[in-house]
Amino acid sequence: MSVDLATVRKIASLARIATSDAEAEALLPELNNIIGWIEQLGEVDTTGVEPLAAVIPNHLRLREDRVTDGGIRDAVLANAPQAEHGFFAVPKVIE
Amino acid sequence: MTNLTDLGIADIRDGVATGSFSAREVATAFNDAVVAGRALNAYLVETPELALAAADAADAAKALGDLKPLSGVPLGIKDLFCTKGVETTAASGILKGFVPQYESTISAKLFDAGAGMLGKLNMDQFAMGSSNETSAFGNVISPWKRNDGGNAALAPGGSSGGSSSAVSARMAPGATGTDTGGSIRQPAAFTGISGIKPTYGRCSRWGTIAFASSLDQAGPMARDVRDCAIMLEAMSGFDPKDATSLDLPVPAWETSLSGDLKGKKVGVPKEYRVDGMPPEIEALWQQGIAYVKDAGAEIVEVSLPHTKYALPTYYIIAPAEASSNLARYDGVRYGLRDLPDGANLQQMYAATRADGFGAEVKRRIMIGTYVLSAGFYDAYFTKAQKVRALIVRDFEQAFATCDVLLTPTAPSAAFGLGEKSDDPLAMYLNDVFTVPSSLAGLPAMSVPGGLDGQGLPLGLQIIGRALDEQSVLNAGLAIEQRAGFTARPGQWW
Repeated sequence: MSVDLATVRKIASLARIATSDAEAEALLPELNNIIGWIEQLGEVDTTGVEPLAAVIPNHLRLREDRVTDGGIRDAVLANAPQAEHGFFAVPKVIE
Repeated sequence: MTNLTDLGIADIRDGVATGSFSAREVATAFNDAVVAGRALNAYLVETPELALAAADAADAAKALGDLKPLSGVPLGIKDLFCTKGVETTAASGILKGFVPQYESTISAKLFDAGAGMLGKLNMDQFAMGSSNETSAFGNVISPWKRNDGGNAALAPGGSSGGSSSAVSARMAPGATGTDTGGSIRQPAAFTGISGIKPTYGRCSRWGTIAFASSLDQAGPMARDVRDCAIMLEAMSGFDPKDATSLDLPVPAWETSLSGDLKGKKVGVPKEYRVDGMPPEIEALWQQGIAYVKDAGAEIVEVSLPHTKYALPTYYIIAPAEASSNLARYDGVRYGLRDLPDGANLQQMYAATRADGFGAEVKRRIMIGTYVLSAGFYDAYFTKAQKVRALIVRDFEQAFATCDVLLTPTAPSAAFGLGEKSDDPLAMYLNDVFTVPSSLAGLPAMSVPGGLDGQGLPLGLQIIGRALDEQSVLNAGLAIEQRAGFTARPGQWW
């Protein structure tokens, strides 16, 4: 299966990566080259094989339901590109 | 007096303990080496004051008779590990200026064990690469040169290329690495040092910037097998903050080290004899077989029939996990924000990610997004997880007849910077021998086996059963004792 330019643009949009027409055209052969290569997995008979869930057997732990951290608002916001009034600030999302 | 930067971790630890030199002298010597080695671009951030502070604490502990396992040992820390108060970028523009407010479990354990930090080590951006050419902050250069009289700059391997270059160039006695598909072992092989990726779950992933969470494992890179064992003991252990951390005691790997392989069976997988493999790699492999035989091991041929499908499986699973993990870089909470005039929130996300991610990172996010997208998920991702189950089964069957596997680490010696960077697939093929054990979560290490005709190091890989790092380290030690690898790069920088 190979992708076309419209698919490349759709993938870029899903991935939230702004892509110019020239970049999309450059990506097209690169992605098709890689996708063509990974498709060799189609040769492998996986009938009756369960997809792997965990590579090393491990049990899922339960923890006590109690607060173990918090009260660190300034540390949480310390790296924000824009923080206002103790919140992360973003462009207006509601008109 | 010996040059202190020639000493490895065990020698520094023991020398500080016996008073042969002070920890401050060691830290000062390495701090100076870091500055002198700037041409290699191995360090993104230098933290000489942190190395000195830990050294002074070690010297004070020595006076009180209260030394810790790594007291007096300064280390380089790969920039994938969040370090409190010290810029951490994963070598990506999207995290430029990010100063973690917390310490990764791995770096915290090393510092708690007495180690100091020389600085943050350059790497392939988000650990995606095999040559350290995808860093947003410039290539790392290997200290090694070919002996052909040329002056070509060589790749230190990747993604832990800053770590390999720094340890090999005596700018650190040891360094942390991370390995998702070979990122500890291949750079160790390219630079003539040792490195081990432990069993998945031994080392906590908490505070380590995520690439592919089902594969990512931290591990040590150092001059020899003993130093790797010492560092790995300090790095390993249960961490409730990582859901996949193994709740198991940490074995005393260093004290149990033994190069005697009597009674051990070493498997040689026939499928690792790949088309177009250089004769020198085959010769190295045969030499490695001779070494472990000499150490008392019996050689058995084994088969890992799905080996050729490991790389395409990896290049579905790793990008899929990466596309999900890297969704967090949105210009809202940390890192870069690109807000074009009049842009809405969605446009801000897209502009930020277009600006902040490098080409290889974008390529992998796109592949991952595609294989996870509606209508393709089963054909690609579920299929890959099924093939991954078969690869795991291959190893289980092989380990029914042997204790460890012996293979080359990489299909070639270090290549020149720029030689492969235009062809993503050619670059991916570098990990052909390291990816299968990553997919199976098995412990695996690279040790230097010898030099090729151009005077460049070649590595041998040992793969072990899950949780059997000891057999891996012991086979590595047996090879190290026999290979007598003492070559080191001439100091041209």
